[in-house]
Order: sequence, then structure tokens, then C-alpha cells
Amino acid sequence: MANERLFIKGNEAISRGALAAGCKCFFGYPITPQNDIPEFFSEEMLKTGGDFVQAESEIAAANMLLGAGAAGIRAMSSSSSPGMSLKQEAISYMAGSRVPAVLVNIVRGGPGLGDIGPSQGDYYQSTRGGGHGDYRLFVLAPSTAQEAYDLTIKAFDVAFKYRTPVMIQGDAILGQMKEPIVPWIPETLNNYDVDTWCLHGTKGRKERLVKSLFLNDGELAAQNLSLQATYDSWTSEVMYEEFECADAELIIVAFGSIARITKSTIRTLRAKGHKVGLFRPITLYPFPNEALENLAKQGKKFLTIEHNLGQMVDDVRLAVRRHADSDFFGFLPGNLPSPIDCEEPILKALKA
Amino acid sequence: MEEKLVFTRPECVVDRATHYCPGCQHGVAHRLIGEVLDEMQLADKSILVSSIGCSVFLYNYLHIDAVEAPHGRAPAVATGVKRARPDNFVFTYQGDGDLASIGMAEIMHCANRGENLSVIFVNNTVYGMTGGQMAPTTLEGQKTTTSPRGRDVLHDGNAIRMAEIIAQLEGTSYSTRVALDTVLHIKQTKKAIKKAFTLQNEKKGFGFVEILATCPTNWKMSSLDANERIAKELIPYFPLGTYKDIEQGAK
Repeated sequence: MANERLFIKGNEAISRGALAAGCKCFFGYPITPQNDIPEFFSEEMLKTGGDFVQAESEIAAANMLLGAGAAGIRAMSSSSSPGMSLKQEAISYMAGSRVPAVLVNIVRGGPGLGDIGPSQGDYYQSTRGGGHGDYRLFVLAPSTAQEAYDLTIKAFDVAFKYRTPVMIQGDAILGQMKEPIVPWIPETLNNYDVDTWCLHGTKGRKERLVKSLFLNDGELAAQNLSLQATYDSWTSEVMYEEFECADAELIIVAFGSIARITKSTIRTLRAKGHKVGLFRPITLYPFPNEALENLAKQGKKFLTIEHNLGQMVDDVRLAVRRHADSDFFGFLPGNLPSPIDCEEPILKALKA
Repeated sequence: MEEKLVFTRPECVVDRATHYCPGCQHGVAHRLIGEVLDEMQLADKSILVSSIGCSVFLYNYLHIDAVEAPHGRAPAVATGVKRARPDNFVFTYQGDGDLASIGMAEIMHCANRGENLSVIFVNNTVYGMTGGQMAPTTLEGQKTTTSPRGRDVLHDGNAIRMAEIIAQLEGTSYSTRVALDTVLHIKQTKKAIKKAFTLQNEKKGFGFVEILATCPTNWKMSSLDANERIAKELIPYFPLGTYKDIEQGAK
């Protein structure tokens, strides 16, 4: 059963990945284009003995996630851009209180109500924390349904390993496109030191407190330093894909659906003899700075392509700044990009 | 000489002076919760969800597990805790700014879903921790730092009666309003807390206990005058009584 191929949407791949990862609670709210996820869990989660709540708001859903995470249970919530804005309050509290949780943002066009088409306009929000205060999220950006399944399983592991909220950032393309995946079940699930901090009643031990308020002198500074030390340690978890980079003169840096579309363009251009490669960050935070800098040291040129007006390009420029710069090409939020659209900007950057 | 112990601190209450102002009744409410948790032997399976306001520090005064919720969100956080750990005993402790203003959506839907948890709602008609601003429960004419000429109901609306509103929701099992101004009322408050906790313990659903309490500092009154204000001004607008009890039928 576990290894039977399935032909499913990215949204369902994420949902099934969460079940495979032992997710026991899901808290959701309707918003396009992520509705397949809460719809899936409303039936499937109950079959596993877990629980599903359709919350009264995105705010409440995120706070339910905070509660379940504080209780040490694997839990998830999903939304799309406008809804993710509403969740930021609880996400900041989860980061500040060191509560593990998995959040999914199937990004749509913005700002405001925007549209329901694909976009990567929430890159800043995801990678800079998103809510108030000094914190980061661990951000994973799948580009296929299979990877969405795999990275969702990873997301729960990371959340408990580092006691942090983890963000899976997809978009309307990933969420809505159907393709085959091969599901798998992890042999073991590790909740690390959950038994030393989670809330389940004292039962003879000392009481525990999950909180983000630190009023005594030096306490908050210590908490911030401890969080930062955790974020710094994530460099060991960096994930990226290099495609045809070895002899490339120009490196296209792109993530998620756009990386996949760009890959098709690169294949076409390679067939015509153009030396182009793709660098695809899979973890958007921690960002693969070192790998990009290594490419820059080799004298390569860079073109960042995103489905927004230029967000990740800031991080690319920071990564390569000692050796190179990066050009930028942006698809506009809500428009559906195609591999042909990438050819002209890539050829232009090659000639520059 | 033989000593006879007639009064003691409940076991689950921490031996520590509270940070509350003189005459504040949060301490009394805390103690009553401690007594009920001890009597029902619930302390070691309890998870408290604390809220934002003076009472955020309740977790410093009880030997029980606790999580701190964002402002107004305690009923949502408590929902998450209870759904994740249905065998634990879960309750929130919230003030009137937290519950009846910024947290109105969360409390209404938590009650309406009939979550099997308990909410202790302390109503002192003012935002205490931030320095005495107008609350959704501030009475007509009451002066606060943001209603310096007294609450004008045409401009600011009128005070919200939560126990009655919560009683209207199908999911609610128990909704009551009590006070802490007299010995009799304190005894009634303990009984109400016990009732709500018992319902949850018996998996009979959502219990809501509104407690009228003083805030002498922000009312700018002596402790005694503040205590008297409960009978003179609060109870006439916020009548004491049980507005819903599934074991008695709705009132």
C-alpha cells in the first residue's frame, strides 16, 4: 500500500506526507488555493484517531496549533497568503515559546486580496519570520508533488529537533497540479526531547511553563541569544539542488515551481549549446549561502528568477557579494509563467 | 500545647506573595481555583492556558503545567491543548479586556463548539495591566483613562454581559456569574468553579464562570470602597446567577 504510486495534487501530497509523519491534529480555515488540505484532513485525520478542527478564523487555527504543539503533539495548519498574514501573531508566539509546529503556505498573488493564482510574493514574510520580534522560521520550498510529500515528513522532524515552527512554502501551481508520487512511511518518528518540556500534567514532576514573556533583567536577551544559536545551527540542514552548474557560465537561481519551469528552459537552451545551469534553494531559510558563494568564486554570473518583484534576489546578492552580483527577472504575481517566457531574459543575461 | 490546623494553603498553590495590588481580588480567585483543583485531585493532570493582562502570571502561583496564550486567544489555544490531550484537564483564566474584546471570536466559537474545557472569566470592568483603559465591560459613566469624562454609551457603546451571551450558545453546558465581594459570594464562586470543573471532568462540556472582582488601583478607590462598588454598581448591571446549566435546563 505504502509504495503504490498515487496520482494526486501537491496539496494532497502535503496532507499525506503529514499523516505519514504522524501528524495527529490539524487546524484549518477555508481559503483558496489550499482547501484540499483541510478537506483531506476533515476525513482522514479522524480515521487515524487524531483530531481536525475547522477554526473560526486563521488566527484561532494558528493558536490551536500553538496549544497542540505546547502539548508536544505533532500538529499542522495550512493556509494561503492573506490567511497566513493573520497567523503571524501565533507564529511569533510559537517561535518565542519554542513550540514545534508545521505550517503550510500555498502562496497566491498579493498584496491584499490579490488573486488566487500562483505567486512567490510571500518569500520575505516566510524567511524573515513574518510576525513581530527577532525570530526565523525553518522554511522548505518543494517544487514537485513528490518533494512536497518528502519535505512535509522532514518538516515535522525539524520542528521537534529544534523546537521551532517550520514553514512549507508552495504556491497555487504546486498545490493544484496533479502528478504521480510514491508515498513512503518513515521507519521511526523522532520527537527528540519532547518528554522533557511538553505539557501533559505534572503527575509527580515539577510544573512546566511554555511562554514567551520574559520580564526579568537579562531574561529576554538570553532567550533571543538561545533562539539565534538555534538558527545559526541550521546551516547544517541547508538543502539545495544544482542542475548543470559545473560548466555553466550563467547560474539561474530559482525556487519552487519557478525552478521547475526554469529547468525546462535550461534543458532547451543547453540543447542549443548555451552554458546555463540551475541553482535551486530547497531550504529558503537557512539559505544556501556557502554553495552559492562557491559558484560565485568560480567566476559564474547569476540571474535570479522569481514569481514576484524581487525578494530572494536580495539573499542571492548577499551570498555572492564578495565575488559577483545577480540580475533579476520577475514573473508578475497571478500570471502563469511558461518555460518559453524565461528564454529571453536568460539569453540577455548570458550576453551581458 | 496541642496545635490544631484549621486553615492552610492549598497544596497546588505556590508559597509566594502575588504581584497584585492591595485590594485586588485575583488572589482570592486564584485561591479558590487552587482549593477546587486540590479537592477534585485535578492539579497533576491540569494544563492552564493563561491570558494577557494582570492575570498572565497565574502560572507563577499554581504548581501546574501552563502555556501562555496571545491576547484573547486562550480559548483557541485551550482548544488545541484539549484536542491534542483529551485526557488532561484544561482551563483558561481571562480578564474582561482579553475575553470580551480582542478575544470575542475565540470565546464565542470555543463555547459554540462545546469544547470540553472550562473558562474562568474575571470581570473588573477595566484594562488593569495597561493602566486602566476602558474595557468592553466598563459601565456607563465610568471614568477610565480612555473615557476620561465617563463612558458615553452613544459614543462608545454599552457594557457587554458575557455570561448571558455565552448561555445563548447551544454548545455551552454551564454559564454563570458570581462575585467576590462578600463571604457568601466567595462561597458561591467556589461552588461555581467546582461545577464547571466537574462538568469537564465528566466530559459534559463547556463551562463558563464570570467572576465580578475589584480593581481598586484603576478604579481609584480604597479597597473597601472598591469592594462596595461591586454591590452598588456592578451587580445591578451584571446580575448574579446561573444562565445555563445543562443539568438543570436553561434558565
